[in-house]
Amino acid sequence: MGSEILFFFEVLVGGLLAGTMYSLVALGFVLIYKASATFNFAQGAMVFFAVLSFVGFMELGLPFFLAFLVTIGLMVVVGLSTERLVLRPLMNQSEDTLLMATIGLGYVLEGLAQAAWGVEVRRLDLGIPDFPIMFIADSIGIFISALDLTAGAVAAFMVISLAVLFTQTKIGLGLRAVADDPGAASSIGIPLKHIMLLVWSAAGVVALVAGCLWGARAGVQFALVDLALKALPVLIIGGFSSIPGAIVGGLIIGSTEKVLEVYIGPFFGGAIEGWAPYVLAVFFLLKRPEGLFGEKIIRRV
Amino acid sequence: MATTISTYSRNDYINFSVLMVLGFLIIPMTVNSDYWFTSILIPWLCLALATIGQQVIMGYTGQLALGAAGFMAAGAFACFNLILRVDGLPFFGALIISGLIAAAIGIVFGLPSLRIRGIYLMVATLASQFFIIWVIDKFGWFKNYDSSGIITAQDIVIFGRPYTSPVDMYLVILVVVTVMTILAINMARGSTGRNWMAVRDMDVAAESMGVSLLKTKIQAFAISSFFCGVAGALFAFTYLKSLEPVAFDIKLSFKILFMCILGGLGTINGAFIGAGFILLFPVLLNYLGNNVFHGAIDATIISALEQVVFGVLMIVFMIYEPLGMARLWENLKQRFFKKKNK
Amino acid sequence: MSDSQDRNFKIGNPILEVNNISLSFGGVNAITDTSFNVLEHEVRAIIGPNGAGKSSMLNCINGIYKPQQGSIAFKGNKLSKITPNLIAQMGISRTFQNLALFKRMSAIDNILVGRKLHSKASFFDVAFQLPKARREEKVNLKKCEEIVEFLEIEKIKDTPVGKLPYGLQKRVELGRALATEASLLLLDEPMAGMNVEEKREMCRFILEVNEEYGTTMVLIEHDMGVVMDISDRVVVLDYGKIIGDGPPDEVRTNQKVIDAYLGVSHGE
Repeated sequence: MGSEILFFFEVLVGGLLAGTMYSLVALGFVLIYKASATFNFAQGAMVFFAVLSFVGFMELGLPFFLAFLVTIGLMVVVGLSTERLVLRPLMNQSEDTLLMATIGLGYVLEGLAQAAWGVEVRRLDLGIPDFPIMFIADSIGIFISALDLTAGAVAAFMVISLAVLFTQTKIGLGLRAVADDPGAASSIGIPLKHIMLLVWSAAGVVALVAGCLWGARAGVQFALVDLALKALPVLIIGGFSSIPGAIVGGLIIGSTEKVLEVYIGPFFGGAIEGWAPYVLAVFFLLKRPEGLFGEKIIRRV
Repeated sequence: MATTISTYSRNDYINFSVLMVLGFLIIPMTVNSDYWFTSILIPWLCLALATIGQQVIMGYTGQLALGAAGFMAAGAFACFNLILRVDGLPFFGALIISGLIAAAIGIVFGLPSLRIRGIYLMVATLASQFFIIWVIDKFGWFKNYDSSGIITAQDIVIFGRPYTSPVDMYLVILVVVTVMTILAINMARGSTGRNWMAVRDMDVAAESMGVSLLKTKIQAFAISSFFCGVAGALFAFTYLKSLEPVAFDIKLSFKILFMCILGGLGTINGAFIGAGFILLFPVLLNYLGNNVFHGAIDATIISALEQVVFGVLMIVFMIYEPLGMARLWENLKQRFFKKKNK
Repeated sequence: MSDSQDRNFKIGNPILEVNNISLSFGGVNAITDTSFNVLEHEVRAIIGPNGAGKSSMLNCINGIYKPQQGSIAFKGNKLSKITPNLIAQMGISRTFQNLALFKRMSAIDNILVGRKLHSKASFFDVAFQLPKARREEKVNLKKCEEIVEFLEIEKIKDTPVGKLPYGLQKRVELGRALATEASLLLLDEPMAGMNVEEKREMCRFILEVNEEYGTTMVLIEHDMGVVMDISDRVVVLDYGKIIGDGPPDEVRTNQKVIDAYLGVSHGE
């Protein structure tokens, strides 16, 4: 294989793996959307809140796994209070009103996290190096970082388990019923509380895992919130209600932005990955407003 | 909400006169601390003007746009380049052309609004935010090939007289903001504003009455961006006194969004109330931090708390009073007048 | 009403012709190969059981839905590119089944939006309050005040319509449609959910408008008594097809109609 083609694949694979990290953020978003039909703009803030708390607990001396569990517990509390204090009072309001409220929620979470744990950038060492794996580099000539590979594997694992949870179990069916019509669902005996507990816990775990992977790469800092914003174009491409959509959208965004950055970026002074995902999403929107995997919504008058 | 017919009552004229006397005479004569002008009044007026822009597109036309800062940056850099490159162009001329340039960009980025809404449109407008800042940052021409990245804004010169002292700059801004606010009120109360609100409240019905969605939305985007562009130019030339793209990042867009929503969607006075609150609240917190707690609370914690308060207020207003502080103010006034009438 | 000898505006030639319209949503047929016409100055009712395709029919005429087949002609011109906006410009206005008012705007503002097609002032004129804008606003306001008076809603004209009771909202919506001065009004269940008194008033408004301005009306209504009272001719739809078309008395005795609609849903 020519070195140019090899280089292209390297860029592509790097982009795909980085894209799985976007997917993880988007996944949390999809979970909440499926259960509450809410665009949870605060998902990015939840990622930041989760990983900052996690690092904070470890700094307090908690061992890795205990800190992980405590953080998940904390995220469940955050999720349930959100459900109780923000979403439920706004149940019959317009989508836009809910969206605004979750923007407010994002501010609250970002502020609380920084008030509790401070604003300085933390390093998070997961014990996974962010260097190319020599074995792969030697055998096929592509440089892939172990962290990227881990992120890919973790994302794949989470998607499969969530997909199984939501398609192969009764919980999944209940979830869909709840999202469609919470009143009707609870009147036929679907335990709303349990489902909400489950969904918010799952979203919390996803946020924490995404935060850990991002944090290990870029440091645990406020900029994570901006990175998480890229989950929005991912969701637009994949569709807001689709778990596979979140993954495919993430892969598309991740790979396209890396390829564009490497091949086109230099002509314009670089840093086009800052806006390329959004522009890509806009073009997608104009062609396919419901996303790749979303359901087409027919507006009735 | 009162009827929005574009005729003005005697009360309107009285309120206007009181505000004008206050703004042009009493404040310049009584306030003698530069701090108040440079750190509070000047940014307040600039950001309120940008918030009016946000009101036009979001509060009146109901389009969830999140990119006010991008258009402010466009206006600021347009003004810088116009004054730099066009000899003899008066400041107000440059200001108007800057607004028009921002409006033209606004039209382009408003086009997706014809097909998408809600969070989808929000993402599309985020594209404008990031793209505009990137273009300004990456193409040296906009910054006159200045390598430091921070350019000093030119002095404001009107009819050969420089306006550089805080009071002078305040008066220049006050003139611009007054004129533009009147224009905004005229539009909002007139047939223009009714078309915007019709599109906001029920687009299918608006269309069935002959309101063109295309024309109305694009018009709203253009006018909104015009206001943001002029506000951005004023902000850069009087408050920042420099031009740097990062000053107009996404955080500023969020700030203006908050000013718009907390102030009260679909109101012009809400723009001033919201901008005032978002600007003054941190000042108050800092004051409390320094004077009540004597610096015992870290400044970063104070700014984090301020974020928490803004977020909580956003949620509380969404739940209890989606029409924001302007509505609270109206209710208060009504209660007061009712008591008086008894 | 059927005796049309003593009306101000004699019923004339077809103003609206619906030819072989078919509309389906994802394979489900809402309207199948339907044709009927509306004569100038008449009050035309469309009736039929729920889901018969009545509202879909209005939405086709108004350009909100695009029928897959067939054509619609208004005043002799075949409408090729139909959008609600263009239809409004041609002189067709409407009300909606589930109220489509501008909720946060006052009643008078809602009605003023109906004057859109009579407003030529640009945003620039309005912003600077140039004479053109002021003059126009004055004229429009006067017209709308007249409508307010006619509909007897002076007391609530400054109230945001979202806060009004249902019956009044329906009236405001009629007012908005009237403000357009359209020659054809499509009224989608203008009396749904009203009590007898409110219905009677609404009927009076509709007939008065028809009598005074000669406005052609197409209305969807469930209350058979009302339909028989105020309409000149009736179209009966069932499962998207026409099963009866003619004067009220004729339709009333049509066996198909009795089976499909009257006999089933109204036991009396």
